[in-house]
Amino acid sequence: MTFEEQMMLIAICSIVTIMTRALPFLIFRNGKKIPDTVEYIGKVLPVAIFAMLVVYCLKDVEFTDGTFGIPEVLAIAVMCAVHIRKKNMLLSILTGMIAYFLFLWLIPIVL
Amino acid sequence: MSATIIYDTSLGRTMSRGQDRSVAGSAFRAAFPVALPVMTSFVVIGFSYGLFVTAKGLPGWFAPFMATVIFGGSMEFVAAAMLLGSFAPIETAVVAFMIQARHMFYSVAMLKKYGFGGWKKAYMVYSLCEETFALNPAFDPPVDVDPEGYYFALSLMVQLSWITGAAIGGFLGPVLPFDTTPFGFIMTALFTVILLEQMLQEKRPLPAVIGVVASVVCLFVFGGDSFLVPSLVVMTVMLLLLRRPIEKGGIE
Repeated sequence: MTFEEQMMLIAICSIVTIMTRALPFLIFRNGKKIPDTVEYIGKVLPVAIFAMLVVYCLKDVEFTDGTFGIPEVLAIAVMCAVHIRKKNMLLSILTGMIAYFLFLWLIPIVL
Repeated sequence: MSATIIYDTSLGRTMSRGQDRSVAGSAFRAAFPVALPVMTSFVVIGFSYGLFVTAKGLPGWFAPFMATVIFGGSMEFVAAAMLLGSFAPIETAVVAFMIQARHMFYSVAMLKKYGFGGWKKAYMVYSLCEETFALNPAFDPPVDVDPEGYYFALSLMVQLSWITGAAIGGFLGPVLPFDTTPFGFIMTALFTVILLEQMLQEKRPLPAVIGVVASVVCLFVFGGDSFLVPSLVVMTVMLLLLRRPIEKGGIE
């Protein structure tokens, strides 16, 4: 991708984001109610989208070769366990990263 | 709201006429302790975003740049990842819209609170993120502080801390004396924790299951470069079709 194309993609992301933030101020200015279906989708879609984004993050992990994705899976498991107990996002991410670096170094030695 | 805007060179920011420096100062002073927890985590996650951007081989300044013009954590990570793929403007727009669509609900909730106008409101609409949204309703401004200036101070400090973190990460990433590629895992960690947190709050597993199934199937059908848009379509349709079981609490 050229530099110009990259800038164009960033501009698209920026404009779309501004649009989502500004639109309600333009549409619902007069106290119009949000349609029921839209409200429902707004409640359940974000969860599904983050599930998709996790799949998106893991799509390039090699599960059949190299470290077989073991560092990724183990780090995620450790991180989730910590998060369920402590419910502290920052701590969970930090733990996940440390676990990942650790397994990345350890698994090739074990294999 | 004042119509005339003057530029205060000594402070380097525009201020409405009639609002002296001490008033603006007190708004920032009142908002600072409220914003501090969010600011702390934003500097840290912003820093990791900067590292992520450079670990992916993009120039360091892309991090604070995207933090400024996009200012949506998840979107910025996905945008950085998409900059490495092939140029797909329409896919980018669709994915951006779907990821950011939730902001519409925050904006709706803030309609009344941001009832004033002018450039401050414009900026606050521009920079409304879940964390600012989460801060606003819980903490009303102290009685002696101008609410407009208070909300503005909150939003500005939150975004500035994110940009600062991203800038430090972006400029530090390339000079670190070791291989930073593993920092690419930051995005995975972040999204997994957000997903887990949402699932714990919602107590309904079905939407997440639909998200995983739809995207894994689409990944195999359409391939890694173009499965996001089909996934979004499939999961939206499934969520609409399965509305009744989902609202009943789903499959336990």
